[in-house]
Amino acid sequence: MPWGAADGFSKQMLLVILSVVIIAAFFLMAARKGQLVPGRLQFAGEAAYGFVRNGIGKDIIGGKDFMKYVPLLFSLFFFILVNNIYGAIPLIQLPTFSHVGGAYVMAGIVYVTWIAIGIKKNGLKYFKLATVPSGVPGYILPIVIPIEIISNFLVRPVTHSLRLFATMLAGHLIVMIAGSGIEYLVTQENLLLKGASVLVLGGAIAMYMLEALIMVLQAYVFTLLTAIYIEGALHADSH
Amino acid sequence: MNQLIISAATEGANPLVPNPWEMLVVFAGFAVLMFIVVKYVVPMFEKTFAERAEAIEGGIAKAEKAQAEASAALEEYKQQLTDARAEANRIREEARAEGAQILADLKEKAAVESARITAQAHAAIQSERQAAVVSLRTEVGTLATTLAGRIVGESLEDDARSARVVDRFLADLENQNAGAAK
Repeated sequence: MPWGAADGFSKQMLLVILSVVIIAAFFLMAARKGQLVPGRLQFAGEAAYGFVRNGIGKDIIGGKDFMKYVPLLFSLFFFILVNNIYGAIPLIQLPTFSHVGGAYVMAGIVYVTWIAIGIKKNGLKYFKLATVPSGVPGYILPIVIPIEIISNFLVRPVTHSLRLFATMLAGHLIVMIAGSGIEYLVTQENLLLKGASVLVLGGAIAMYMLEALIMVLQAYVFTLLTAIYIEGALHADSH
Repeated sequence: MNQLIISAATEGANPLVPNPWEMLVVFAGFAVLMFIVVKYVVPMFEKTFAERAEAIEGGIAKAEKAQAEASAALEEYKQQLTDARAEANRIREEARAEGAQILADLKEKAAVESARITAQAHAAIQSERQAAVVSLRTEVGTLATTLAGRIVGESLEDDARSARVVDRFLADLENQNAGAAK
């Protein structure tokens, strides 16, 4: 049922909708007052927004028109962040992107976006700019061009989506396996086996911490890569 | 959930095959979020940022303006002070020069005056003496002839003769004087 099956409304879908509500509500409330001297909530919202705006948008894309892409980067980061963090919240325990469909959609949106930006900026010449590196001797080009095509246009969206999906699924699986392992060991008659569950619990907590870190990190990595792809499309002629 | 994982694994379902409904929900959710962010969240934050930057830069500009005004005023005062000092120096110098000039003028005037007075006195003395000599000469002549006439008993009223007598007498007198002086 979790993968591939198309039957009805699932917990994952509910969480996705909930994440939109959480993010929108938080930032609307934080931004609503717009005071020059911010309150606590506004300050938190501004810090979060400024992190994506300046830390990713301005630093990576830069120039004078990076602001055009800040809404996309901002939405991507917090949408993925909240959906990942679900996996670290007890009872919810489901990072939305451990289901591959969501990851495909996000990477697909980014893929279409940066190609569209590249074409809009450079015209159809963009594909030549993106696949034929300048300053490479002519006799190497037959090797380099296919590699560039594969790495930029075929592999890039796949790695972009699978990186997010795989880390979320793996983390989810590890925590779940540890959970069911503990459950299994505790129910054993043998006292030694019962005691061993403590070790598993210790390992599970460590893995849980690591997973929480990876959840935040993957949201950042996904957004950072998006910014890098957009920057590459914008300045294809200088790469 | 464990049941699901196990069942999925046993059924051989591929985790890389997506659920289209889930994809649709993610896409729709993200689209809604994008809309809210583009339409409200980013403009509101940017407006706040712009206003804040405006407020801070406005404050800085105001402070800079006040600073510039203060230093301009200070410069002006310094300039005025320098001017006043120069003016005072100039006036003092002028007064000194004027005083010296007045003193010199007075001295010159006094010298001229004294010279004039001296010359006048000299002239007066000279003319008095001249007058005295002339009047003495006639008076002595008259007296002498009258006296001589009385003594001689003859009138020396004859002018030509009396003049001759007087002249001779005077010449003798002068000769006598000259002899006494020797």
